[in-house]
Amino acid sequence: MAESRVRFELATPSRLVVAEDVEEVVAPGFQGYFGVLPGHVPFLTSLQSGEVAYRIGRAERYLAVSGGFAEVQGDRVTILAEHAERPEEIDRERAERARQRAERRLQGKTPEEIDYTRALAAFSRALARLQVAGRGPSH
Amino acid sequence: MATLRDIRRRIRAVQSTQKITRAMKLVAAAKLRRAQERILEARPYAHKMSDLLGNLALRTAPDRHPLLARREGGRRQIVIITADKGLCGAFNANAIRRSLEFIRQSEELGLTLVVVGRKGRDHYRRRPWTVKSEMLGFFDRLAYSHAAELARRLVESYLTEEADEIYLVYNEFRSVAVQRVVRVPLLPITPAALPADAAVVDYLYEPSADAILADLLPRHVTVQVYRALMESLAAEYGARMTAMEAATKNASEMIDLLAIQYNKARQERITKELLDIVGGAEALRQSVEA
Repeated sequence: MAESRVRFELATPSRLVVAEDVEEVVAPGFQGYFGVLPGHVPFLTSLQSGEVAYRIGRAERYLAVSGGFAEVQGDRVTILAEHAERPEEIDRERAERARQRAERRLQGKTPEEIDYTRALAAFSRALARLQVAGRGPSH
Repeated sequence: MATLRDIRRRIRAVQSTQKITRAMKLVAAAKLRRAQERILEARPYAHKMSDLLGNLALRTAPDRHPLLARREGGRRQIVIITADKGLCGAFNANAIRRSLEFIRQSEELGLTLVVVGRKGRDHYRRRPWTVKSEMLGFFDRLAYSHAAELARRLVESYLTEEADEIYLVYNEFRSVAVQRVVRVPLLPITPAALPADAAVVDYLYEPSADAILADLLPRHVTVQVYRALMESLAAEYGARMTAMEAATKNASEMIDLLAIQYNKARQERITKELLDIVGGAEALRQSVEA
Protein backbone atom coordinates (compact mmCIF):
# COMPACT_ATOMS: atom_id res chain seq x y z
CA MET A 1 0.00 0.00 0.00
CA ALA A 2 1.79 3.01 -1.28
CA GLU A 3 -0.45 5.50 0.53
CA SER A 4 0.54 4.23 3.93
CA ARG A 5 4.04 5.52 3.50
CA VAL A 6 5.75 8.87 3.42
CA ARG A 7 8.90 9.75 1.55
CA PHE A 8 11.48 10.74 4.12
CA GLU A 9 14.65 12.61 3.26
CA LEU A 10 17.18 13.97 5.66
CA ALA A 11 20.08 16.01 4.34
CA THR A 12 22.98 17.77 6.00
CA PRO A 13 25.23 20.31 4.27
CA SER A 14 27.73 17.58 3.45
CA ARG A 15 25.52 14.65 2.44
CA LEU A 16 22.13 13.06 2.04
CA VAL A 17 21.77 10.92 5.16
CA VAL A 18 18.38 9.28 4.63
CA ALA A 19 16.20 8.84 1.56
CA GLU A 20 13.59 6.19 2.21
CA ASP A 21 9.89 5.43 2.21
CA VAL A 22 8.81 5.14 5.82
CA GLU A 23 5.70 4.54 7.87
CA GLU A 24 6.25 7.29 10.39
CA VAL A 25 8.66 10.06 11.30
CA VAL A 26 9.04 11.75 14.67
CA ALA A 27 11.17 14.88 14.91
CA PRO A 28 11.94 17.61 17.43
CA GLY A 29 10.12 20.70 16.12
CA PHE A 30 10.16 24.18 17.53
CA GLN A 31 7.36 23.43 19.97
CA GLY A 32 8.39 19.93 20.80
CA TYR A 33 8.32 16.53 19.13
CA PHE A 34 5.86 15.99 16.34
CA GLY A 35 4.97 12.86 14.46
CA VAL A 36 4.24 12.59 10.77
CA LEU A 37 2.00 9.95 9.26
CA PRO A 38 0.68 9.96 5.71
CA GLY A 39 -1.78 12.77 5.15
CA HIS A 40 -0.16 15.29 7.44
CA VAL A 41 -0.93 18.97 6.77
CA PRO A 42 1.80 21.08 5.11
CA PHE A 43 4.05 22.05 7.94
CA LEU A 44 7.29 23.97 8.26
CA THR A 45 9.18 24.23 11.50
CA SER A 46 12.61 24.99 12.77
CA LEU A 47 14.39 22.06 14.32
CA GLN A 48 15.66 21.68 17.85
CA SER A 49 18.51 19.50 18.94
CA GLY A 50 17.06 16.10 19.59
CA GLU A 51 16.24 12.73 18.25
CA VAL A 52 14.69 11.98 14.89
CA ALA A 53 13.02 8.58 14.79
CA TYR A 54 11.57 6.87 11.77
CA ARG A 55 9.93 3.55 11.27
CA ILE A 56 9.98 1.20 8.33
CA GLY A 57 7.64 -1.70 9.07
CA ARG A 58 8.69 -2.69 12.55
CA ALA A 59 12.24 -1.44 12.35
CA GLU A 60 12.81 1.85 14.11
CA ARG A 61 15.86 3.94 13.41
CA TYR A 62 17.23 6.94 15.21
CA LEU A 63 19.38 9.94 14.43
CA ALA A 64 20.72 12.70 16.62
CA VAL A 65 20.15 16.03 14.90
CA SER A 66 20.74 19.68 15.62
CA GLY A 67 19.95 22.91 13.86
CA GLY A 68 17.84 23.28 10.76
CA PHE A 69 14.30 22.76 9.51
CA ALA A 70 11.69 20.16 8.89
CA GLU A 71 9.20 20.43 6.10
CA VAL A 72 6.12 18.30 5.56
CA GLN A 73 4.44 18.66 2.22
CA GLY A 74 2.09 16.13 0.69
CA ASP A 75 3.52 12.76 1.53
CA ARG A 76 7.05 14.00 1.81
CA VAL A 77 9.02 14.83 4.91
CA THR A 78 12.25 16.69 4.38
CA ILE A 79 14.62 17.50 7.18
CA LEU A 80 17.53 19.84 6.66
CA ALA A 81 19.79 19.53 9.67
CA GLU A 82 23.11 21.15 10.38
CA HIS A 83 24.31 17.87 11.94
CA ALA A 84 22.89 14.37 11.87
CA GLU A 85 24.47 11.26 13.29
CA ARG A 86 23.45 7.64 13.55
CA PRO A 87 23.89 5.91 16.90
CA GLU A 88 27.01 4.06 15.75
CA GLU A 89 28.62 7.29 14.59
CA ILE A 90 28.35 8.99 17.94
CA ASP A 91 31.38 9.28 20.16
CA ARG A 92 29.76 8.78 23.56
CA GLU A 93 32.71 9.87 25.61
CA ARG A 94 33.03 13.06 23.68
CA ALA A 95 29.32 13.75 24.02
CA GLU A 96 29.53 13.03 27.75
CA ARG A 97 32.44 15.43 28.15
CA ALA A 98 30.55 18.06 26.17
CA ARG A 99 27.52 17.57 28.41
CA GLN A 100 29.57 18.04 31.57
CA ARG A 101 31.34 21.08 30.18
CA ALA A 102 28.04 22.67 29.20
CA GLU A 103 26.56 21.83 32.57
CA ARG A 104 29.39 23.56 34.38
CA ARG A 105 28.94 26.62 32.25
CA LEU A 106 25.23 26.64 32.89
CA GLN A 107 25.83 26.57 36.61
CA GLY A 108 26.63 30.17 36.24
CA LYS A 109 30.35 30.80 36.20
CA THR A 110 29.85 32.80 33.04
CA PRO A 111 26.80 35.00 33.41
CA GLU A 112 27.15 36.58 29.96
CA GLU A 113 23.92 36.02 28.14
CA ILE A 114 25.46 34.89 24.86
CA ASP A 115 27.55 32.31 26.68
CA TYR A 116 24.49 31.08 28.46
CA THR A 117 22.61 30.60 25.20
CA ARG A 118 25.56 28.87 23.68
CA ALA A 119 26.05 26.60 26.64
CA LEU A 120 22.38 25.73 26.62
CA ALA A 121 22.57 24.82 22.93
CA ALA A 122 25.69 22.74 23.53
CA PHE A 123 23.96 21.03 26.42
CA SER A 124 20.93 20.02 24.40
CA ARG A 125 23.12 18.83 21.52
CA ALA A 126 25.11 16.65 23.89
CA LEU A 127 21.93 15.28 25.46
CA ALA A 128 20.50 14.44 22.06
CA ARG A 129 23.66 12.58 21.13
CA LEU A 130 23.72 10.63 24.36
CA GLN A 131 20.08 9.74 24.02
CA VAL A 132 20.51 8.44 20.50
CA ALA A 133 23.77 6.68 21.33
CA GLY A 134 21.85 4.84 24.05
CA ARG A 135 19.60 3.35 21.35
CA GLY A 136 22.42 1.18 20.10
CA PRO A 137 23.18 0.70 16.42
CA SER A 138 20.31 0.74 13.96
CA HIS A 139 18.99 -2.40 12.21
CA MET B 1 80.13 22.05 -25.26
CA ALA B 2 78.65 20.21 -22.32
CA THR B 3 80.63 17.23 -21.24
CA LEU B 4 79.09 13.79 -21.11
CA ARG B 5 79.03 13.96 -17.35
CA ASP B 6 77.17 17.27 -17.36
CA ILE B 7 74.52 15.92 -19.66
CA ARG B 8 74.14 12.76 -17.59
CA ARG B 9 73.70 14.88 -14.49
CA ARG B 10 71.04 17.00 -16.12
CA ILE B 11 69.14 13.97 -17.30
CA ARG B 12 69.08 12.65 -13.76
CA ALA B 13 67.90 16.00 -12.43
CA VAL B 14 65.06 16.22 -14.92
CA GLN B 15 64.12 12.63 -14.17
CA SER B 16 63.78 13.30 -10.48
CA THR B 17 61.75 16.44 -11.15
CA GLN B 18 59.53 14.35 -13.37
CA LYS B 19 59.00 11.86 -10.57
CA ILE B 20 57.74 14.68 -8.40
CA THR B 21 55.45 16.20 -11.01
CA ARG B 22 54.04 12.77 -11.82
CA ALA B 23 53.34 12.08 -8.14
CA MET B 24 51.71 15.50 -7.75
CA LYS B 25 49.52 14.81 -10.73
CA LEU B 26 48.33 11.51 -9.26
CA VAL B 27 47.67 13.06 -5.87
CA ALA B 28 45.74 15.94 -7.45
CA ALA B 29 43.68 13.46 -9.50
CA ALA B 30 42.72 11.48 -6.41
CA LYS B 31 41.84 14.59 -4.43
CA LEU B 32 39.91 15.99 -7.36
CA ARG B 33 37.72 12.90 -7.45
CA ARG B 34 36.94 13.30 -3.76
CA ALA B 35 36.26 17.03 -4.16
CA GLN B 36 33.84 16.38 -7.02
CA GLU B 37 31.99 13.80 -4.94
CA ARG B 38 31.65 16.27 -2.13
CA ILE B 39 30.12 18.85 -4.45
CA LEU B 40 27.55 16.29 -5.55
CA GLU B 41 26.83 15.15 -2.00
CA ALA B 42 26.19 18.71 -0.89
CA ARG B 43 23.59 19.28 -3.58
CA PRO B 44 20.40 17.87 -2.01
CA TYR B 45 20.72 20.15 1.01
CA ALA B 46 21.52 23.20 -1.09
CA HIS B 47 18.67 22.62 -3.53
CA LYS B 48 16.11 22.03 -0.83
CA MET B 49 17.32 25.09 1.00
CA SER B 50 16.89 27.33 -1.99
CA ASP B 51 13.41 25.88 -2.71
CA LEU B 52 12.40 26.62 0.86
CA LEU B 53 13.80 30.11 0.61
CA GLY B 54 11.97 30.75 -2.64
CA ASN B 55 8.75 29.56 -1.07
CA LEU B 56 9.16 31.66 2.04
CA ALA B 57 10.21 34.74 0.11
CA LEU B 58 6.98 34.58 -1.86
CA ARG B 59 4.89 34.98 1.24
CA THR B 60 6.94 37.51 3.16
CA ALA B 61 7.66 41.09 2.14
CA PRO B 62 11.17 41.53 0.69
CA ASP B 63 12.18 44.06 3.33
CA ARG B 64 11.07 41.70 6.05
CA HIS B 65 14.62 40.76 6.85
CA PRO B 66 17.80 42.89 6.68
CA LEU B 67 19.68 40.21 4.70
CA LEU B 68 17.11 40.54 1.92
CA ALA B 69 16.92 44.31 1.92
CA ARG B 70 18.70 46.21 -0.82
CA ARG B 71 20.41 49.32 0.50
CA GLU B 72 21.56 52.45 -1.21
CA GLY B 73 25.15 53.42 -0.54
CA GLY B 74 26.96 50.87 -2.61
CA ARG B 75 29.92 50.20 -0.33
CA ARG B 76 31.28 47.00 -1.69
CA GLN B 77 33.02 44.07 -0.09
CA ILE B 78 34.79 41.62 -2.36
CA VAL B 79 35.67 38.13 -1.20
CA ILE B 80 38.56 36.70 -3.21
CA ILE B 81 39.02 32.97 -3.02
CA THR B 82 42.40 31.59 -4.09
CA ALA B 83 44.39 28.49 -3.18
CA ASP B 84 46.88 28.13 -0.36
CA LYS B 85 49.43 26.62 -2.69
CA GLY B 86 50.85 27.29 -6.10
CA LEU B 87 51.95 24.81 -8.78
CA CYS B 88 48.51 24.86 -10.32
CA GLY B 89 48.98 26.80 -13.53
CA ALA B 90 47.20 30.12 -13.85
CA PHE B 91 44.63 29.23 -11.19
CA ASN B 92 45.64 31.86 -8.64
CA ALA B 93 46.77 34.43 -11.19
CA ASN B 94 43.38 34.27 -12.92
CA ALA B 95 41.43 34.79 -9.73
CA ILE B 96 43.66 37.69 -8.73
CA ARG B 97 43.52 39.33 -12.15
CA ARG B 98 39.75 39.09 -12.25
CA SER B 99 39.43 40.47 -8.74
CA LEU B 100 41.73 43.38 -9.63
CA GLU B 101 39.52 44.33 -12.55
CA PHE B 102 36.53 44.27 -10.27
CA ILE B 103 38.35 46.25 -7.59
CA ARG B 104 39.25 48.97 -10.10
CA GLN B 105 35.57 49.32 -11.01
CA SER B 106 34.60 49.56 -7.37
CA GLU B 107 37.28 51.84 -6.02
CA GLU B 108 35.11 54.90 -5.53
CA LEU B 109 32.59 52.91 -3.59
CA GLY B 110 34.22 52.46 -0.22
CA LEU B 111 35.79 49.11 -0.87
CA THR B 112 36.87 46.40 1.54
CA LEU B 113 38.39 43.03 0.75
CA VAL B 114 38.19 39.63 2.34
CA VAL B 115 40.88 37.23 1.17
CA VAL B 116 40.60 33.48 1.39
CA GLY B 117 43.66 31.37 0.64
CA ARG B 118 47.32 32.15 1.16
CA LYS B 119 48.07 33.15 -2.44
CA GLY B 120 45.45 35.86 -2.46
CA ARG B 121 46.56 37.09 0.94
CA ASP B 122 50.18 37.31 -0.20
CA HIS B 123 49.11 39.36 -3.18
CA TYR B 124 46.83 41.80 -1.38
CA ARG B 125 48.88 42.17 1.78
CA ARG B 126 50.91 45.08 0.50
CA ARG B 127 48.36 46.76 -1.72
CA PRO B 128 46.56 49.98 -0.94
CA TRP B 129 43.16 48.36 -0.29
CA THR B 130 41.72 47.54 3.08
CA VAL B 131 41.78 43.83 3.78
CA LYS B 132 38.98 43.42 6.28
CA SER B 133 39.67 39.81 7.15
CA GLU B 134 41.46 36.75 5.87
CA MET B 135 41.14 33.00 6.13
CA LEU B 136 44.09 30.80 5.30
CA GLY B 137 45.43 27.31 5.38
CA PHE B 138 42.23 25.30 5.76
CA PHE B 139 41.67 24.06 2.22
CA ASP B 140 43.27 20.65 2.72
CA ARG B 141 40.72 19.93 5.46
CA LEU B 142 37.83 22.03 4.19
CA ALA B 143 34.67 21.47 6.23
CA TYR B 144 31.26 23.07 6.50
CA SER B 145 32.42 24.77 9.69
CA HIS B 146 34.95 26.83 7.69
CA ALA B 147 32.15 28.05 5.46
CA ALA B 148 30.07 28.82 8.54
CA GLU B 149 32.85 30.93 10.01
CA LEU B 150 33.43 32.87 6.79
CA ALA B 151 29.69 33.35 6.29
CA ARG B 152 29.33 34.60 9.85
CA ARG B 153 31.95 37.29 9.22
CA LEU B 154 30.34 38.35 5.95
CA VAL B 155 26.85 38.52 7.43
CA GLU B 156 28.23 40.61 10.24
CA SER B 157 29.88 43.00 7.77
CA TYR B 158 26.58 43.33 6.02
CA LEU B 159 24.45 43.81 9.11
CA THR B 160 26.78 46.40 10.64
CA GLU B 161 26.56 48.24 7.30
CA GLU B 162 30.25 48.08 6.74
CA ALA B 163 29.30 46.89 3.27
CA ASP B 164 26.09 47.32 1.31
CA GLU B 165 26.81 44.53 -1.11
CA ILE B 166 29.12 41.56 -0.95
CA TYR B 167 30.50 39.61 -3.89
CA LEU B 168 32.43 36.39 -4.17
CA VAL B 169 35.19 36.01 -6.77
CA TYR B 170 36.37 32.44 -7.23
CA ASN B 171 37.36 29.74 -9.70
CA GLU B 172 34.41 27.68 -10.74
CA PHE B 173 34.95 24.06 -11.62
CA ARG B 174 33.76 23.54 -15.19
CA SER B 175 35.55 20.33 -16.03
CA VAL B 176 38.81 18.68 -15.08
CA ALA B 177 40.72 20.83 -17.54
CA VAL B 178 38.62 23.99 -17.40
CA GLN B 179 38.24 26.50 -14.61
CA ARG B 180 36.46 29.77 -14.97
CA VAL B 181 36.67 32.71 -12.61
CA VAL B 182 33.20 33.87 -11.67
CA ARG B 183 31.83 36.82 -9.77
CA VAL B 184 28.76 36.03 -7.71
CA PRO B 185 26.66 38.44 -5.64
CA LEU B 186 26.25 37.01 -2.13
CA LEU B 187 24.51 39.72 -0.10
CA PRO B 188 21.87 41.00 -0.11
CA ILE B 189 20.28 37.65 -0.81
CA THR B 190 18.27 37.30 -3.99
CA PRO B 191 15.94 34.33 -3.58
CA ALA B 192 15.99 32.16 -6.66
CA ALA B 193 12.70 32.17 -8.53
CA LEU B 194 10.84 28.93 -8.01
CA PRO B 195 10.63 26.71 -11.05
CA ALA B 196 7.33 27.28 -12.87
CA ASP B 197 5.97 23.85 -11.96
CA ALA B 198 6.79 24.15 -8.26
CA ALA B 199 3.82 24.26 -5.96
CA VAL B 200 3.46 27.29 -3.73
CA VAL B 201 2.62 25.72 -0.42
CA ASP B 202 0.73 27.29 2.41
CA TYR B 203 2.41 25.82 5.41
CA LEU B 204 1.54 25.69 9.03
CA TYR B 205 4.53 27.53 10.47
CA GLU B 206 6.21 26.89 13.75
CA PRO B 207 7.06 29.37 15.20
CA SER B 208 6.24 31.72 12.26
CA ALA B 209 7.19 32.34 8.66
CA ASP B 210 9.30 35.34 9.66
CA ALA B 211 11.16 33.48 12.37
CA ILE B 212 11.92 30.57 10.07
CA LEU B 213 13.08 32.97 7.38
CA ALA B 214 15.38 34.66 9.89
CA ASP B 215 16.83 31.27 10.78
CA LEU B 216 17.12 30.20 7.17
CA LEU B 217 18.80 33.23 5.62
CA PRO B 218 22.16 32.99 7.40
CA ARG B 219 22.24 29.27 6.67
CA HIS B 220 21.55 30.04 3.05
CA VAL B 221 24.58 32.36 3.00
CA THR B 222 26.69 29.60 4.54
CA VAL B 223 25.56 27.15 1.88
CA GLN B 224 26.52 29.61 -0.87
CA VAL B 225 29.93 30.15 0.69
CA TYR B 226 30.45 26.42 1.20
CA ARG B 227 29.66 25.78 -2.41
CA ALA B 228 32.09 28.48 -3.58
CA LEU B 229 34.85 27.02 -1.41
CA MET B 230 34.25 23.51 -2.69
CA GLU B 231 34.13 24.66 -6.29
CA SER B 232 37.37 26.53 -5.84
CA LEU B 233 38.99 23.50 -4.25
CA ALA B 234 37.90 21.15 -7.05
CA ALA B 235 39.02 23.70 -9.63
CA GLU B 236 42.39 23.97 -7.89
CA TYR B 237 42.96 20.23 -8.04
CA GLY B 238 41.87 20.21 -11.67
CA ALA B 239 44.29 23.01 -12.48
CA ARG B 240 47.10 21.35 -10.59
CA MET B 241 46.46 18.05 -12.33
CA THR B 242 46.59 19.70 -15.75
CA ALA B 243 49.68 21.73 -14.85
CA MET B 244 51.53 18.72 -13.50
CA GLU B 245 50.50 16.62 -16.47
CA ALA B 246 52.02 19.26 -18.76
CA ALA B 247 55.13 19.48 -16.60
CA THR B 248 55.57 15.70 -16.74
CA LYS B 249 55.23 15.78 -20.52
CA ASN B 250 57.72 18.63 -20.82
CA ALA B 251 60.14 16.71 -18.66
CA SER B 252 59.81 13.70 -20.98
CA GLU B 253 60.54 15.86 -23.99
CA MET B 254 63.50 17.38 -22.26
CA ILE B 255 64.87 13.98 -21.34
CA ASP B 256 64.53 12.85 -24.95
CA LEU B 257 66.35 15.93 -26.15
CA LEU B 258 69.11 15.49 -23.63
CA ALA B 259 69.44 11.82 -24.57
CA ILE B 260 69.99 12.81 -28.20
CA GLN B 261 72.56 15.36 -27.12
CA TYR B 262 74.22 12.78 -24.94
CA ASN B 263 74.45 10.24 -27.74
CA LYS B 264 75.76 12.81 -30.16
CA ALA B 265 78.41 13.91 -27.69
CA ARG B 266 79.37 10.30 -27.03
CA GLN B 267 79.68 9.54 -30.73
CA GLU B 268 81.80 12.62 -31.26
CA ARG B 269 84.10 11.56 -28.51
CA ILE B 270 84.49 8.07 -29.92
CA THR B 271 85.16 9.49 -33.37
CA LYS B 272 87.73 11.80 -31.91
CA GLU B 273 89.42 8.99 -30.04
CA LEU B 274 89.45 6.84 -33.16
CA LEU B 275 91.02 9.64 -35.15
CA ASP B 276 93.59 10.06 -32.43
CA ILE B 277 94.44 6.37 -32.52
CA VAL B 278 94.57 6.22 -36.32
CA GLY B 279 96.61 9.42 -36.40
CA GLY B 280 98.93 8.06 -33.73
CA ALA B 281 99.39 4.75 -35.51
CA GLU B 282 100.06 6.53 -38.77
CA ALA B 283 102.67 8.75 -37.15
CA LEU B 284 104.28 5.69 -35.57
CA ARG B 285 104.39 3.87 -38.90
CA GLN B 286 105.95 6.83 -40.63
CA SER B 287 108.61 7.16 -37.97
CA VAL B 288 109.46 3.45 -38.25
CA GLU B 289 109.68 3.68 -42.04
CA ALA B 290 111.90 6.69 -41.81
